Amino acid sequence: MNRTVRLGLFAISAAGLAALLFWSLIGLPDFGHYHWPYGKLLNAVAVNERHTTNVVGVTVFDYRGFDTLGEEFILFTAVVGVSLLLRKDRDERVLRDPVRSDGVRLLGMLTVAAVLVLGLWVVAFGYVTPGGGFQGGVVLAGAFLLVYLAGSYGDFEALTPHTPVEIAEALGAGAFAVLGFVGLAYEGAYLRNFLGIGDTGTLYSGGSVALLNWATAIEVTAAMVVLFSEFLNVYMVPVADWRT
Amino acid sequence: MTYLPYAVAAWLFLVGLYGVVSSRNLIHLALCLSVMQSATYVLLLAVGYKNKATAPIFRGIPVGHPAVDPVVQALTLTDIVVSVTVVALILALALDVHKQGHTVDPDHIAGMSG
Repeated sequence: MNRTVRLGLFAISAAGLAALLFWSLIGLPDFGHYHWPYGKLLNAVAVNERHTTNVVGVTVFDYRGFDTLGEEFILFTAVVGVSLLLRKDRDERVLRDPVRSDGVRLLGMLTVAAVLVLGLWVVAFGYVTPGGGFQGGVVLAGAFLLVYLAGSYGDFEALTPHTPVEIAEALGAGAFAVLGFVGLAYEGAYLRNFLGIGDTGTLYSGGSVALLNWATAIEVTAAMVVLFSEFLNVYMVPVADWRT
Repeated sequence: MTYLPYAVAAWLFLVGLYGVVSSRNLIHLALCLSVMQSATYVLLLAVGYKNKATAPIFRGIPVGHPAVDPVVQALTLTDIVVSVTVVALILALALDVHKQGHTVDPDHIAGMSG
């Protein structure tokens, strides 16, 4: 099928799809006039039942924890897939690419420290204020990427050796699944909250939400670092080979 | 009566789909797929939105104060994570295709040209 025929077919079917899509969307409740019972129920009961003030966080790690388990493993599987596709015999030769400006290096390293603290804060208070393991994990991985940007590929590789990072990723994903079994053993249902709910609005609240939150943070940070590392490795090392 | 956010979602989906169909570069194709997926974020957040409501975070706000839906926000979070990892996987495949066939144009990949 050539390009013109394909685009012609697309135009016809897209027009049909657009018509159906707009037709179905105008059947939704008017924007801003929300009335779904599940969300309303969670907003009404979550704070009293779990003592967590971030209802999105407690939805992810408690009420819908089983869905999050699936998501954790989508993340894990996709990252393993990227590793398998991009991995080759690792070339120890590293291009000399350090940032030479002292000013950039200094500012970069100060930013790394600030981003690390920000990431830890976003994770730690994930079930109290906006944030959580997923969001904080990405911020933490960003701190490691900044080491590459403001330092060098060598610094990034030295700071995030492959084997420990991959072990951390697997442990994060595994811990989530194991915490589910702890809930099963002590409370009779997989992923049910098994710790005391603590005091509302403090770090000591939400019971096992805190543990699941940290397990997720470790997995997401490690997964993102693995992705950065694999893509940087493809980009950095064989550049010279590709150009010849 | 406001349906603008829903229309934006539908438009993003169709524009992304056009990009996927007409793409001449696998990297461009992966990004068009993210645009399509952005339609789902807009749609999910739009159906959970409530006029004069706050975020579903009750720190300093009494329980019972109108808040937007936490379930669709949690779904959007899931959606974004899946999107990022899928794009990473597609980009890895694109690198592999380039290594094998020295092209990233979907029309020129042997055995795949329609």
